[in-house]
Amino acid sequence: MRPYRANIKRRPAPRGDFSMTILKRYLPAAALLALALVAWWWIASLEAVDDLLVASPGEVLGAFGDDHELLLEQSWVTLQEVLLGLAIAVVAGVGAAVAMHLVSPLRDAAYPLLVASQAIPIFVLAPLFVLAFGFGIGPKLAMVALICFFPVTVAMLSGLDSVDRELLRLTRSLGASRLRVLRLVELPASLPQLFSGLRIAATVSVIGAVFGEVAGADAGLGRLIFLGNNQLQTPRVYAGVVILTVMAVGLFALVALLERLAVPWKRQGGTI
Amino acid sequence: MQTKLEAPLTEPLSLDRQATVALTGAGRSYRSRAGEVEALRGVDLELGPGELVGVVGPSGCGKSTLLELVCGLQQPDAGEIVVAGEHAAGARLENCAYMPQRDLLLPWRSALDNAALALQCAGIPRARARLRARPLFERFGLAQFERARPAELSGGMRQRVAFLRTLLPRRPVLLLDEPFASLDSITRAEMQEWLAAALRDEPRTTLLVTHDVEEALYLADRVVVMSARPGRIVAELTVPFERPRPRPRNETVTDPEFARLRRAALEALAQ
Repeated sequence: MRPYRANIKRRPAPRGDFSMTILKRYLPAAALLALALVAWWWIASLEAVDDLLVASPGEVLGAFGDDHELLLEQSWVTLQEVLLGLAIAVVAGVGAAVAMHLVSPLRDAAYPLLVASQAIPIFVLAPLFVLAFGFGIGPKLAMVALICFFPVTVAMLSGLDSVDRELLRLTRSLGASRLRVLRLVELPASLPQLFSGLRIAATVSVIGAVFGEVAGADAGLGRLIFLGNNQLQTPRVYAGVVILTVMAVGLFALVALLERLAVPWKRQGGTI
Repeated sequence: MQTKLEAPLTEPLSLDRQATVALTGAGRSYRSRAGEVEALRGVDLELGPGELVGVVGPSGCGKSTLLELVCGLQQPDAGEIVVAGEHAAGARLENCAYMPQRDLLLPWRSALDNAALALQCAGIPRARARLRARPLFERFGLAQFERARPAELSGGMRQRVAFLRTLLPRRPVLLLDEPFASLDSITRAEMQEWLAAALRDEPRTTLLVTHDVEEALYLADRVVVMSARPGRIVAELTVPFERPRPRPRNETVTDPEFARLRRAALEALAQ
């Protein structure tokens, strides 16, 4: 006899119609971008506006054509700094959050300092880093890591804290040690929060690299923009800024993609 | 699909021995902002081997405190508690499997892996834990749901998986804290039948806390009624039907004798 009868139906997994939603979602953004381009072009074409101050979209496009080799080279340098710096920030931030989560005296001691560190104007630090680490990739990595460390750490920490108390009690009653609870429950549970911190980190990481490069560098988009400004090569400066923007948006999208893969149980989706 | 490897790794779930539980004069107070709060006072309760005792009482009568005391997550201020012959909190915990009111399934784990978590918590590697959980899913009719994520399961199914997670560590005492409180009444009735059948196949000494008198009377050998804070036992009713109940649930709960017991329990609650 099989007593375990039940009208148990498996609910279908929530799933959206993809291609349609993508079109619907990106249409407003594309329209706004087009509008902004038209406005930009119109302002640049005004008599009263100095050409050295505002390059028109056409001129910027020209700069992309003329300087594409240079731009590509410098972008690659900056992208490397950003990616490596982000990686350092993630490792250090997750490590710091876990340590603070496990050792509450450490948390009480370090958390106020962590918050206070955000008040330091980061561009003041850049020249000091250059003095300390030289003109190579070192100070740029330090800048990117420093600027990304805070959002990663804070998000991870609040993720670790968000785990249900009753769930922790259950795992404890099942005989799990502190570290095993961390591995089996707390770390996976904090992934969604970690990713929201990573989104912020991804967008600000580019700023860190530029600060680092402006303070002293022999390559990179930040240096290119800085020099271009001094040499009144306005279209090239604009082209550099456009690449930086695309880079930040691309990184944000990459994080969103990773989130979809790593946190499939939370399909509420991002904003990109 | 059976592989030869599976056989020696699969351990039977049934116990070699059933444990007893005994509380004598157990009391517990908390300090809160409002001052000292006495949650439980002088609770005497004995569970024989394989016995299922239902505990009903008004909200805040210390039912959950009672379970936490038994399984050693808390220590009593007064009296003593013995589980399977053990006094120490750690030893009590090793003999008890606690099932909370909410299913607390991990959303990133499949149903099978959620049950296997119980073994992983005790240090058994994931693959081995899965291997031991799988036969349980087959026996209890959940084989097709092994891979489903909790979000794909109904409330009743989630409670079933949570119950398998509770059974899997093979601990002799089950502590069920309002396991079906979050379900609608039709699903709850189904789940009661399911639980009764599961406990027939896998007998355990069980303490079932609930606010549903009918649920307690249908499932238990004995029902104790607790008073409002401080929680004391004010009535004890022996259910004269054999367990597992030979008749379908609908017949049992509409039996005149059942109605009489229900009335007695409700009157004790109203005191």
